[in-house]
Amino acid sequence: MSSWLGTLLLLVGAAFDLVGCIGLVRLPDVYNRLQAGTKCVTLGTCLILLGTAVLVDCPACSVKAILCLLFVLVTSPTAAHALARGAKVSGVPLWEGSVLDQWEGTADAGRDERP
Amino acid sequence: MKNRITLFTVCLIVWLLLVWPFGRSPAGVPDVVAGVLVAAVTAAIMREISMERADRWLNPVRWFWAAVYLVVLTYYIIRANLDVAYRVLHPAMPIRPGIVRVRTRLKGAGARTLLANSITLTPGTLSVEVTPDGDLFIHWINVTATGIERATERIVGRFEWFISRIAE
Amino acid sequence: MVAAVLVVVLGSSAVLCLYRIGRGPTTPDRMVGIDILGVLVVGFVSVACIMTGRDFVINIALAWALLSFVGTLALAKHLEGKGFDE
Repeated sequence: MSSWLGTLLLLVGAAFDLVGCIGLVRLPDVYNRLQAGTKCVTLGTCLILLGTAVLVDCPACSVKAILCLLFVLVTSPTAAHALARGAKVSGVPLWEGSVLDQWEGTADAGRDERP
Repeated sequence: MKNRITLFTVCLIVWLLLVWPFGRSPAGVPDVVAGVLVAAVTAAIMREISMERADRWLNPVRWFWAAVYLVVLTYYIIRANLDVAYRVLHPAMPIRPGIVRVRTRLKGAGARTLLANSITLTPGTLSVEVTPDGDLFIHWINVTATGIERATERIVGRFEWFISRIAE
Repeated sequence: MVAAVLVVVLGSSAVLCLYRIGRGPTTPDRMVGIDILGVLVVGFVSVACIMTGRDFVINIALAWALLSFVGTLALAKHLEGKGFDE
């Protein structure tokens, strides 16, 4: 039973990873790529780690896999945020099909202070 | 001092979770001693990490809401992934991207970080910048509201209530 | 059987990432590719932990997750044109 569940988690996770990477290649600009990549690959890797925690037969390894899952879940969006901010500050333009950009022209654009 | 004690406890717990040989053999005394040493050195060196009001970690009500929030967040994460999968695999790629400005009432740095990370993981949104006065710039893959109130309601509204109970 | 499917799927994801890293018109595009590849490798290593049946392999996944995060932050700081010590 638990081996079926673990295998299913692994397969679904790998499928989400693949979708995220297809998005990384297909989508038009760096922000869209970051969206697809971060969301899908984070969930995919978390599911794979959960599957590992279910399948592996030493309890200490399960605990490590769960810790790793929590770590990826916290750090991956943080890294995406830092990259998006870096891309915007360094002046990468949005895709020409984008409908609006309310950052451009505000006083905050590219300022250095952080809360 | 409270900061240091919290940091020490967190480090020690993580260390013990990493080295504890669950169910195989009894834990060795050297492991625990090494953990105490490492956690003490970390807490002594890291003077820059400040946790505002560290005692909040002990409040069980906050932990209860954090558990509820984890379930809600899981629901949104799964929905976000199906949404991305639809947009990516659809031959015409139905996207209308743009950067919108939203506003949050949350004050604390921890609360805002949690909010920004939650926004990044949920359907179609990616936080690009958080300004000191509580404005967030969100890259939205399918813009459906341009006004600041409507956009705030759609993007921030679903998390703000929970986060104000967990981290504010 | 399942192992082969996993390796093929994750491997082709990694190839797509590498395509983005090599091609990516702007520097941030490449950095996004590197970031995503880092998270992908964590999943790959944890699959390797099951396939090889050796317990220590999961430690590699943990260490890789930590290093990949720090590396991405350093790259992002570099994009903003600042030093790494902020």
